[in-house]
Amino acid sequence: MIDVVNLTKRYAGFTAVREISFQVQRGEVVGFLGPNGAGKSTTMRMLTGYLPPSSGRASIAGFDIFEQSIEARRHIGYLPESTPLYHDMRVHEYLRYRASLKGVEASKVKERVGDVLEMCDLREKERALIGTLSKGQRQRVGLADALVHDPELLILDEPTIGLDPNQIRQVRELIKNLANRRTVLISTHILPEVEMMCSRVVVIHKGRIRASDTAENLLLKHRAAGEIRLEVHQPPQNTYAQLAALRGVKEVSEKMLGEECSFLLRTDAETDLTEAVLQLAQTGKWSLRSLLRRKPTLEDVFVDLTQGD
Amino acid sequence: MRTFITLLGREVKSFLYSPIAYVVLFFFLIATGFNFYSGVSFLNQGPSEVTVVEAAFNTVLFWFPFVLIFPLITMRTYADEFRMGTIETLATAPISDSQIVLSKFLGAFIFYILLWAPSFLYFTAFEQITGKAAAVAAGAYGGSYLLLLLLGAFYVALGCLASALTNEQINAAVMTFVAIFGFFVTGLLGFILNSPSQAVRDLISYFSAVEHMADFSRGLIDSRPLVWYISMTSFILFLNLQVFQYRKWKA
Ligand SMILES: Nc1ncnc2c1ncn2[C@@H]1O[C@H](COP(=O)(O)OP(=O)(O)OP(=O)(O)O)[C@@H](O)[C@H]1O
Ligand SMILES: [Mg+2]
Repeated sequence: MIDVVNLTKRYAGFTAVREISFQVQRGEVVGFLGPNGAGKSTTMRMLTGYLPPSSGRASIAGFDIFEQSIEARRHIGYLPESTPLYHDMRVHEYLRYRASLKGVEASKVKERVGDVLEMCDLREKERALIGTLSKGQRQRVGLADALVHDPELLILDEPTIGLDPNQIRQVRELIKNLANRRTVLISTHILPEVEMMCSRVVVIHKGRIRASDTAENLLLKHRAAGEIRLEVHQPPQNTYAQLAALRGVKEVSEKMLGEECSFLLRTDAETDLTEAVLQLAQTGKWSLRSLLRRKPTLEDVFVDLTQGD
Repeated sequence: MRTFITLLGREVKSFLYSPIAYVVLFFFLIATGFNFYSGVSFLNQGPSEVTVVEAAFNTVLFWFPFVLIFPLITMRTYADEFRMGTIETLATAPISDSQIVLSKFLGAFIFYILLWAPSFLYFTAFEQITGKAAAVAAGAYGGSYLLLLLLGAFYVALGCLASALTNEQINAAVMTFVAIFGFFVTGLLGFILNSPSQAVRDLISYFSAVEHMADFSRGLIDSRPLVWYISMTSFILFLNLQVFQYRKWKA
């Protein structure tokens, strides 16, 4: 559905996106991750035909985004980052305008607009002026606009930003449901969201692709840190040293709280040290109050991939 | 074609939604009405060579409000879209950039025509009431309104270009005013310079909207200004497209 080859975007003297290549297959939901300024929005703007690439090429549903831009755009529903809308229009009027602008047949416009109003939970507000809506409601109008022509591909730039927790959940559900029939490329900074919705993630940093895989594989492959937290009552002197000496431990920190002492071990992802720690506790006769193992999360992977150059 | 109509509809409607459009309409009607009235009273002072149409289209009272409306009509067209970011949703819809540029131009132009429509009634009313023709030469009406259209198209195009250059409506308005005023002053040079050569005089005459109107409102329809305004309008629209794409691509 999306085929990107060596795509590059240079702004005056600054390369925002460097020779990136990736593919998105029909029906995939792909999370597009990266820290601020990584080049996510720039890439999306190129894919939607808003910005011309400096070099390289990309195609949407087989249509080149530059040579056959208009054809390519027909297949895309795009929600830009800041959700720009005409504040002087009413919700249903705006959606009708956008529908016919994007080539929905005149006889179908009303039906389609009704559908997306329903999907995005905007029925109550259909007659409201867009300028009077709350940020989250506007976000949903933007989403409705992206969906109104029933596109095969959705490109959503931070769609859940500014939504309340209920709405975030709703939008997530909505996107999941859409995913049955559609391809979705979605950028976000909410990582748990990605694990819930996306079949694959593409991580971009400083304009380069750092990883492109399923969230599970990323967690497996990357030596992202896991954590073990243990609380010991009146620990013996050498506890810290013993813990630090365990194989696979990268870092230990300790904190005293009265007679309790809590230790935090950062470990490699693939080594499970719970056994080893329990062993130590038994031989050293520590009075262990709690032992908690936290598996590495996508956040750890993300931090790992996007720190430094 | 259907998408173009949709675009154009949105442009025209955006005027009807903006309070400033009604302010412009209101003052413009007052100004043209007053201008017509003073034209008629001037003729009432005694026998005169000029017709009502000539009297109405060749006064300072005509030109002053005329020049002022263009910055007000066109300042919103692009500046607002760039400032609000709606340019991004607009330009990623499956429509070509030239469709966008044309629809913005035509939208403002249609509003301009709406401004003039009531003035037609003045002359009709004059003829009904006095039983006299408002113009003598057959082409005078046609000539005056034809020039109003062409001159209007040119100035609207200038205004759209200015609006595409900036994010702020006020900057667009000032630029448009300065540009139109510049053309005006150039046109007046013919009166100011002592004895310019014929070539210079010819060149300057292209810029002289005042002279063109003087001729056309007498029914003297010259093809040179027609060609000039049409080609200038097309050229400015072409520039407008380039500027629009450049700004979008820099985004
Ligand atoms: N018009 C522009 N001119 C110059 N540099 C730009 C321009 N637009 C973006 N950039 C730069 O390009 C880089 C990538 O920006 P982009 O908006 O794609 O980041 P992003 O990944 O979407 O970040 P965020 O998570 O903050 O939205 C940034 O360093 C930004 O400063
Ligand atoms: Mg961004």
